[in-house]
Order: sequence, then structure tokens, then C-alpha cells
Amino acid sequence: MPKFQRSSSDSLHLQADVLVLGGGPSAAWAAVAAAESGAKVVLADKGYLGTSGATAPSNTGTWCVPPGDNRHAVVERRWQRTGELADPRWMLRCVDTAYRNLLKLSEWGYPFPSEDDGRLYIANLRGPDYMRFMRRRVLMAGVTVLDHHPALELLSDGDAIVGAAGAARQAGHDWRVDARAVVLATGGCAFRERILGGTGLTGDGYLMAAEAGASLSGMEFTGKYTLAPYGSSLNKGLPFRWASFHREDGSPILGPTGEPLRNGIGVREEEVARALIEGPVYARLDQAEPTLQGWLRQGQPNCFVPYDRAGIDPFTELFRITLRAEGTVRGTGGIDIVSDDCATGVPGLYVAGDAASREIMTGAVSGGGAVNSSWALASGWWAGKGASVHAKRRGGKAFRSTVRPLGQAGLRPAASPRDDIGASEVIDAVRNEVTPLDGNFFRSGVGLEKSRERLESVWREVRDHLRGEGPDRVRAREAASIAAAGRWSVAAALRRTESRGMHRRTDLPGKSPALAHRLVITGVDQFRIAGAPERLAELAS
Amino acid sequence: MIEIVSATRCIECDICVKVCPTNVFDATEGGVPVIARQDDCQTCFLCEIYCPTDALYVAEFAEGPTGISEAEVEERHLFGGYARALGWKRGKAGGSEFDPTHRIRVAQ
Ligand SMILES: Cc1cc2nc3c(=O)[nH]c(=O)nc-3n(C[C@H](O)[C@H](O)[C@H](O)COP(=O)(O)OP(=O)(O)OC[C@H]3O[C@@H](n4cnc5c(N)ncnc54)[C@H](O)[C@@H]3O)c2cc1C
Ligand code: SF4
Ligand code: SF4
Repeated sequence: MPKFQRSSSDSLHLQADVLVLGGGPSAAWAAVAAAESGAKVVLADKGYLGTSGATAPSNTGTWCVPPGDNRHAVVERRWQRTGELADPRWMLRCVDTAYRNLLKLSEWGYPFPSEDDGRLYIANLRGPDYMRFMRRRVLMAGVTVLDHHPALELLSDGDAIVGAAGAARQAGHDWRVDARAVVLATGGCAFRERILGGTGLTGDGYLMAAEAGASLSGMEFTGKYTLAPYGSSLNKGLPFRWASFHREDGSPILGPTGEPLRNGIGVREEEVARALIEGPVYARLDQAEPTLQGWLRQGQPNCFVPYDRAGIDPFTELFRITLRAEGTVRGTGGIDIVSDDCATGVPGLYVAGDAASREIMTGAVSGGGAVNSSWALASGWWAGKGASVHAKRRGGKAFRSTVRPLGQAGLRPAASPRDDIGASEVIDAVRNEVTPLDGNFFRSGVGLEKSRERLESVWREVRDHLRGEGPDRVRAREAASIAAAGRWSVAAALRRTESRGMHRRTDLPGKSPALAHRLVITGVDQFRIAGAPERLAELAS
Repeated sequence: MIEIVSATRCIECDICVKVCPTNVFDATEGGVPVIARQDDCQTCFLCEIYCPTDALYVAEFAEGPTGISEAEVEERHLFGGYARALGWKRGKAGGSEFDPTHRIRVAQ
């Protein structure tokens, strides 16, 4: 167990080998992996390990590829769909490690369903059950779990990251963990869209990592939206695979061939998005025959909660729908990984899950629906191992020097704090630029340029004046993280002068061969965007 | 969004205070928890399934409260509806072994 001290100001101060920030699957796997290597591990989550994050409220399909030569073909087929930006080597090692961890889950006794022949079906993980199970495994591994302990900033000793500090929001005091290595598993940025798991996913890890000097990539790929019953949080597209779609006047929405649309997911979201920009859209799950209806109800029960509570039969009645923006959660952007152990290039800082860029796994298309959950299983494992190796190497050196906290925007404004700049106004202003369908699902150079200007002015106010007191410190930091993520996303989208995957430029349709590479962003206030070749040259120099 | 903590059903165990990932509830001295930060609710329905007495109700609308009454939720048998659909009981997990999602994926 890590040392437990409470200083006079009643703040919590712990020491550990590895500190994991986050409480979703990637954090849980990182914590288990590090503890298994003999590291003393502390896990600090903004919410509650077991219910927080994007997986816990959902039902996640994994990308489950059993061992064998066929894996190469499976990976190759998937790669074809990634807009040429993914890396088959990472995809292959991800499916291998994810498969091993799925088998581990079954050895540990996770209650998987069975197929007709009696074999366990391990390719699907029901969120609430999976994450509750993982909480138990994390505690059994001897990890100290701090629920409701959002991290506000990283700590550095000048050579490496040596911990983090934050607020214990229920206990009402500060916390600090000195650690030989830190894993960021803080999830994606949902820009405060009201989606499952969305409230806590504000991109805090991106800002913390960038302040420490890490780079980001794939931030332009935030054009993924998922269908949901209007006004609900249920951003789960699967039932809409068997639906028809109609305008207010009852006329059907047509697919690209002129036939009425019968499947609203995947690339077909485009037709629905176009119709939604014009006016309200209604759907009915009338393409699902009765047996399938039963499976949908039983297998995806939360999808039916909104209908049941509103008193609607979605298989026979029309109901209003919306497309929910998903930021980098079902987008692909995040912290850039520089080596196989999920290191960020900043000594002592590792990254896993949605906090990491998933461009190497899924390129310009969404990894939601299979790839992302396997990525969380695998990258969590690697990051936990990588962090514990680093911790061993650093040994006693870690806690010797003076420690400096790295947090800036939202915590330590560059100029005097101003009361008239509040977290919710900042978040609303960013949302206006990065969530509307007609600005972000369909993008244009002119629109992006206007968004960029507006986000720059939001950012200047945040940088110079935003600060919260007490419990509002967390909100201010979340708003700063959202502002930073929005700004990076729009800047990268402007730089990608083409259309690729979920980045749809109406002024520049089609892919440009010259842009078949990743865009890497470095810096916070003054940042630069480099194409992958430039970046390689930079790393080599 | 979370709308109801039923004082008649609640046994004041404060599990919801602990498990709500967005810290919506506050425990109270000798009483049922209160909904203190309703607008932070992410409409994930997870507090409902962890509650041992089905005392919580999260309405389907995520953008703001609907104002539904406890009497209506009771009358329409909506308390505990999501837990029943999953196979969770009295706050304990269950039912994932009967998840037929693999059949949906084949149909897809
Ligand atoms: C509705 C929905 C359905 C999905 N379905 C699928 C699917 O079928 N298949 C698939 O592959 N993927 C799916 N996904 C994606 C998948 O859920 C995510 O990829 C996965 O949850 C990522 O895991 P993670 O641990 O990295 O992040 P998350 O599970 O999002 O967890 C992030 C964690 O970080 C914590 N955190 C945030 N900020 C801080 C901070 N400052 N300090 C401390 N902790 C912090 C949060 O509290 C949270 O616990 C779905 C996503 C959604 C929203
Ligand atoms: S979990 Fe249920 S019983 Fe326990 S305090 Fe909350 S509402 Fe009451
Ligand atoms: S629905 Fe989710 S976010 Fe809302 S109160 Fe319940 S547990 Fe908290």
C-alpha cells in the first residue's frame, strides 16, 4: 500500500510507483497491468471507477480477432477502411493483446454469454457489468482507488513527470500523488454533449499532456455523430440499422440510390445529417422483424429506456431523432503515442484508451463499435507495463528534486482572474463552433476560418482570465480543456485541405494524396501543426 | 435526467452518492440524498441499477427536467425498469450471460 499522509491543511498526499488518471476500461487495465508488474499503484478518477467513462453506461462490441494467420487478412480489410492513416502493425498488436485480455476476463470469471454450441462469446462486454467487474479486479490487485478525485494538473521535476494534483470533490480537500510514472487514461472530449458518459469527458488529459510537452494527433477527426432519440442521451446507432426515416411532412428520406433509407448508420448518417439541417426528422425501427426486435430489446436494453419512459413503441410509431456530436470520443484524436509502450515522448508520461490518438488504429474513420474498446483493453495494458518499467528505472531519483505543477489555463490565468468569464459561458461558446451539423459534420474553409477566429478569442479570455474557486476549480479546468480541444480541432481541420473519413469538407471533396499522413499538433497557447514527414525529420534531428 | 429520489422507497444507504459518476447527489444528515447538481446528470441510468430499493428515477429527457411525479412513475411501474431489463436485482449485477447481442451482430 502506498504511504498515506495527511498534511496540516488536511489535503491528501500519497506516494506511488505508478499513478493512473481515469476510471474507464483503459485506466482499469493500466492499473492491473502495473500492479501485476509489482508496482505500487494509485488510480484517481474524476468519477467512480465502475460507472464513469464512455463504456460503463454502454454495451461495447470489441474487435475480437482470434489468433491465427487469418488475422493479417482481417487487419488488412479493416485498414482499407481507415483512409490510409492507420498503421497495420499497431492494429495487429492491438487485436492480439486485446484477445489475450478478453481471455483473461473469462478466466477471471466474467459472466460472458454463450453461443448456440456452448462456447463463450467473448466479443462483447456489457458496460455496467464489465466495469463493475473491473473495479473488483483493480481492488484485488492491491491498487489504491480514489473515486471522485479529478486531476487538475501534472507535476514535473524538470526531467520527468512525477505525479499529479487535483481536488477531492466530495471530501472537499486537495490531493497530490507523487509517482515515478503517470498514465493518462482520462478518455476523450465530448464537448459537454449530453451523451452517455459525456459529462466527465472534457479532454482534461489532452490539456495536461500538452502542457507537459506531449503532442496530439487526429484532432481534426471530430466529425462523428451518432443517432439518438431526440433529447435523449442514447447515442447508440445500432437499432437504427433497421429503421426508416421521415421528414415532418411524412416524406421518406432517400438514400444515395433514390430508394428510401432503410439503414441509418455508418456512411448513411450523411443523408440523415443533411435532412436534419433542413428540419426535424423522425424514425421508426420498422425494418426489424419480431425475433430481431426481441434481441434488440434484450441485448441493448438502455436503447429502449427512452421509448418505454416516453410511452412510445419504436417498432410501430414514428419518433423524433437527433444526431449527437461525439467529439473525440467516437472521433479519433488524442495524445500522440511515440513508442510501443504507449509513451508520449515526455519522460514518465504514458497514455491509454480514448486519451490517446487512435489514428494509428482507425485512421480517419470512427473506432466506435469495435476498435476503441479493444484499443482500451490493449493500450491500457501496454501503458501500465510501460509506466511500471519506467518507475523501476527511475527508482529513488524520482522524489529528490523540487517539483513544479504544470497547470496553466483555468488554474493559473496569465493575467488577472475575472468573474465575468465563467466555465459554462466558455463551454457554450466552444460548443457553438464544434457541434452544429452545418459547421462541423459538413465543414468548409470559410466556416472553419470563422470558427477559428471565434475560438481564438475565447481561448485568449480563458488563458488570461478564467479561474474557479473551490469546487469550481474543476469546472474551470474542464472549460479550459474543452476550449483547448476545440481550438486544436478546428485548426487541424483547416490544415487538412481535403475530405477524408469523418472530415468532410464541402469545399474540398475527395482525398488529396499529398495529405495521406497524420497531422501532429505541439504546444498549447502557441502551437504548431506538422505533417508526419516533417515530424519524423524533427524527431531525427 | 435524474428527477426523483423516492423517500418512501429509499433506505438512506448513500450508494447513489458514491456511485454517480458525475457527483449529482449530496448525502444529508439523517435523510435521503438530495439531487444537488441536476444539470451535471449525464442520463446514464446507472444510479438506478445500483440502488438496492429501486428508489431512483431518471427521466429519458437529457436536456432538462420533465417534472414527472413520483405517483406517475409508481403507477406506470417505471421504478427499477432498467435494472429489470438488464437482470440486475437489488443493486446487484446479473444477466450479462443472457445478453443476445451476438445475434444482433450476425443479423447486422
Ligand atoms: C454510447 C457509446 C457506445 C460505445 N460503444 C462502443 C462499442 O460498441 N465498441 C467500441 O469499441 N467502442 C465503443 N464506444 C467507445 C468506448 O466506450 C471507449 O472507447 C472507451 O470507453 C474508452 O475507454 P477509456 O478508459 O479510454 O475512456 P472512458 O471509458 O471514457 O473513461 C475515461 C475516464 O477518465 C476519467 N477522467 C476524465 N477526466 C479526468 C480527470 N481530470 N482526472 C481523473 N479522471 C478523469 C473519467 O471519469 C472516466 O472514468 C462507445 C462509446 C459510447 C459513448
Ligand atoms: S442508493 Fe437508493 S436507497 Fe441508497 S440512498 Fe440512494 S436512493 Fe436511497
Ligand atoms: S443518471 Fe447517471 S449521471 Fe444521472 S444521477 Fe444517475 S448515475 Fe448520476
